[in-house]
Amino acid sequence: MASPFRQRSVLPGFGLSLGFTLAYLGLIVLIPLSAAFLKIAGMSWHDFVAAVASPRVVASYRLSFGVALLAALVNAFFGFIVAWVLVRYSFPGRRIVDALVDLPFALPTAVAGIALSAIYAKNGWVGQWLDPLWARGVGKLATVVPWIDWKDWLGGTLAFDRPGIFIALTFIGLPFVVRTLQPVLAELEPELEEAAATLGANRWQTMTRVILPELFPALITGFALAFARAIGEYGSVVFIAGNQPAHSEITPLIIITKLEQYDYRGATAVAVVMLVASFLLLLAINLLQKWSRRFSAV
Amino acid sequence: MKFKTLLLVALAIATGSVAGAKTIELLNVSYDPTRELYTDYNAAFAKYWKAKTGDDIVVKQSHGGSGKQARSLIDGLQGDVATLALAADIDALYDNAKLLPADWQKRLPNNSTPYTSTIVFLVRKGNPKAIKDWNDLVKPGVSVVTPNPKTSGGARWNYLAAWAYAKHRDGSDDAAKKFVAALFKNVPVLDSGARGSTTTFVQRAIGDVAISWENEAFLALKEFGADKFEIVVPSLSILAEPPVAIVDKVVKKKGTTEVAKGYLEYLYSDEGQDIAGRNFYRPRNPSAATKYANVFPQLQLVTIDAEFGGWTSAQKTHFADGGVFDQIYAK
Repeated sequence: MASPFRQRSVLPGFGLSLGFTLAYLGLIVLIPLSAAFLKIAGMSWHDFVAAVASPRVVASYRLSFGVALLAALVNAFFGFIVAWVLVRYSFPGRRIVDALVDLPFALPTAVAGIALSAIYAKNGWVGQWLDPLWARGVGKLATVVPWIDWKDWLGGTLAFDRPGIFIALTFIGLPFVVRTLQPVLAELEPELEEAAATLGANRWQTMTRVILPELFPALITGFALAFARAIGEYGSVVFIAGNQPAHSEITPLIIITKLEQYDYRGATAVAVVMLVASFLLLLAINLLQKWSRRFSAV
Repeated sequence: MKFKTLLLVALAIATGSVAGAKTIELLNVSYDPTRELYTDYNAAFAKYWKAKTGDDIVVKQSHGGSGKQARSLIDGLQGDVATLALAADIDALYDNAKLLPADWQKRLPNNSTPYTSTIVFLVRKGNPKAIKDWNDLVKPGVSVVTPNPKTSGGARWNYLAAWAYAKHRDGSDDAAKKFVAALFKNVPVLDSGARGSTTTFVQRAIGDVAISWENEAFLALKEFGADKFEIVVPSLSILAEPPVAIVDKVVKKKGTTEVAKGYLEYLYSDEGQDIAGRNFYRPRNPSAATKYANVFPQLQLVTIDAEFGGWTSAQKTHFADGGVFDQIYAK
């Protein structure tokens, strides 16, 4: 029985390129990550749990993953609209708008954080109008539904509280969704829609039955990328979050705080928990994407 | 042929300059608000050293949160001297990497602190919330800006000054804990470093009062205008001693021991002390201290050793994981 390695591929250079791939991935991804696992190998189970499961750290996981998920969902929706507009319509200045989408990629995250907090602070351009509105909205919610602590969830102000984290994570996640959707949208043949129309589908049906299933895998990929990026984001968030312990403190900040106290192991332990959780989430999203692809092919 | 001669000439020039007057490079790893001080001081020292030995000195500066800077040194940043916000961060250089001997603080006069500072309040012009002392900071409706003591050296001084005030007033640790808990309830933004905190207060218009290094407060006044902010001096504060030290392991490797030593010692000279005073650090030297006496207000200053039994103990009780600072945020 021939092993798969014995079989000659039609393409030459398999051995060379696979070797290069493994060496490259090992050098760039695997070795740094395994260093993290090695670092915590010396920790006792008790120390590990104490480092990663203290109430403050657990609160930060909830915040980091929760807000990242929310921001990625919002980006999936609005990013879809942006991609749609950029691909389907031609209008003056489209190239410029298209280039603007990439800005969050290019901007140093600290600059983004400082700029966002300057704009959304109470005395900022946007903040001076929006901040009182936000505070009033949260106050109103609290009178209508008093049994939920809205101020704790939604924050009293835009910048320097939980909404600030959401703003920053939405900002940095947008290009991921737009840039993964654009090529797929461009490939989508208009004939599909024409065919749907001639077969009697109305616009809503064309959208939900024909276009969306085709785009769904790419949308999930974009969502997953934005989500993963948002979980690990540090630079922009710390400037706008307010960083209140157990309230608006994200997990990457916990890691930095532990490092500041020379607690290298504790910091690595939290990092490993984040790593494993992110990996499992991304794996689940990838499986979902695979499943949806099969679903749409049928 | 031509290229070869050119190369030779270039080589001759390069080696020639090395053989004659040497150019020595020093790296000073410092904390956030000392940028202006050391920019001034480095120029003065280069002139002094050139006159004394004929060597050219280029001092490079690195600034950041004090704890972060210490960590960079531990992780291998080749800093010749460390001029950090508190002794605990230089202790960490010994504890974690044995970069210098345990008794480093005894090697230079005054606990290796050539200048001191203290903690004061920065308020908006006219002092609309009438803030006069620490007890005004815990009143409901007063918003206070201070960095996170877990990440900022300056913030640890702020926290300890507040603690010392409450302890002197009420007499017990319990009361002091309640006081700082009430104070941090009024803090809407915990920045990671002193500069970030000043920016939040000055540029983002957050907070009624910023607890700040004295020199940082003076600098904010100078930079943004005395028509926008005022300094309020509390009845009691803490004597902040930002220490300096040679990083032995690095200077030995680089062969810069002598220059690094000269660099730190010159901080104690008349000129060094004058530069410190000019940059709003309180000079140690009596004559410089008299010269700047009208700049720095007199107030009751407690020391970390007398009040908290030194940095090691203060760090463990208050700022370690699960310490008092964590407890006041636990729900």
